[in-house]
Amino acid sequence: MGLHLRILLSVVTSPTGELMTATTENTTHSHAPVAQAAQPAAQAHGQQHPIKLYLLVWGLLFFLSACSYLVDYFDFQGYLRWFLIVVFMLLKAGLIVAVFMHMAWERLALVVAILLPPLAVLVLMAMMAWEGDYTNYLRVIFFGA
Amino acid sequence: MTAEPVTTEHVTTELNLRSSLHGMVADWSSDQRSFKSASWGKAMMWIFLVSDTFVFSCFLISYMTVRMSTTVEWPHPSEIFALEIGGKKIPLILIAIMTFDLITSSGTMAMAVNFAYARERRKAAILMLVTAFFGAAFVGMQAFEWTKLIHEGVRPWGNPFGAAQFGSSFFMITGFHGFHVSIGVIFLLIVARAVWRGDYDVGRRGFFTSRRGRYEIVEIMGLYWHFVDLVWVFIFAFFYLW
Repeated sequence: MGLHLRILLSVVTSPTGELMTATTENTTHSHAPVAQAAQPAAQAHGQQHPIKLYLLVWGLLFFLSACSYLVDYFDFQGYLRWFLIVVFMLLKAGLIVAVFMHMAWERLALVVAILLPPLAVLVLMAMMAWEGDYTNYLRVIFFGA
Repeated sequence: MTAEPVTTEHVTTELNLRSSLHGMVADWSSDQRSFKSASWGKAMMWIFLVSDTFVFSCFLISYMTVRMSTTVEWPHPSEIFALEIGGKKIPLILIAIMTFDLITSSGTMAMAVNFAYARERRKAAILMLVTAFFGAAFVGMQAFEWTKLIHEGVRPWGNPFGAAQFGSSFFMITGFHGFHVSIGVIFLLIVARAVWRGDYDVGRRGFFTSRRGRYEIVEIMGLYWHFVDLVWVFIFAFFYLW
């Protein structure tokens, strides 16, 4: 435990740690030249990735959309339907966020700040599913529908 | 255990710092700014998109709640959004076309960002115009869909197919999404014009903020546009397919 803290501290205060305090073009930091030299070329000129990668993701999104459409076309029902819909949905969402929105190349600090908070929505979803179920139960009991 | 030399950690590579937990802690505990790889413009767009995520989540969760709580049968989207093509009724075909249309616009937008950073401004501007065209086509198809449903008697307070909440959920969710697409198309046209003229090369000041723009604006615009596509992925799954 103590060792872990020390490693953590050493990273924060180490010369390599300094690298991260100076970054993109608009920061005027004393270590800026060092940082610029250390950064990969793609970083210095923004997010540039091979067009081939975008075309591949485009194709995959087309394929996955076709798959989710076929779930409806072939009229799958029950748990199989819901499972397939959710899997294709999450795969598509992941591809869009990771590649098209460049999340795969961002620092973990940004990834965590952006992707973790929306998970709180799952709590609201669980509460409202409970509530919706209860309302439905009351309606069946009292209105005999 | 403490005999382990700590110095090995000093040779942590840049890549490790970018993706590791240590790097994240270092970023957050450092001076001035936490998002080292994102400019303030990009970070603010991401934060706006997170807040927008919550807006759309609330819509979809309220839709889930009313759908779960109603005792009346929910209308079948598969049949309601079917179109007759060549005398054959194809289920959900309009929505499928809209989905492919929006994905295509996302693809052209991603390439526009690439060309903008490569300073090939004509190509970037043309790809943005293509993106705007697909966006406008999407809104057009949505207008067609709304018109069709309204003619069939779907209203926010009721419809001839089943549970009354179908109409309010439909108009609210697709309406807000269509509004986002429309705003996106307008801003795509504005940024495409600036890129075409070379505003970001000569440092011309923008009409709105009076600040000099950079080609990064194309990427930030792209983030918004991909988000609109992302929201549609969830609407397609939960509203149309479920």
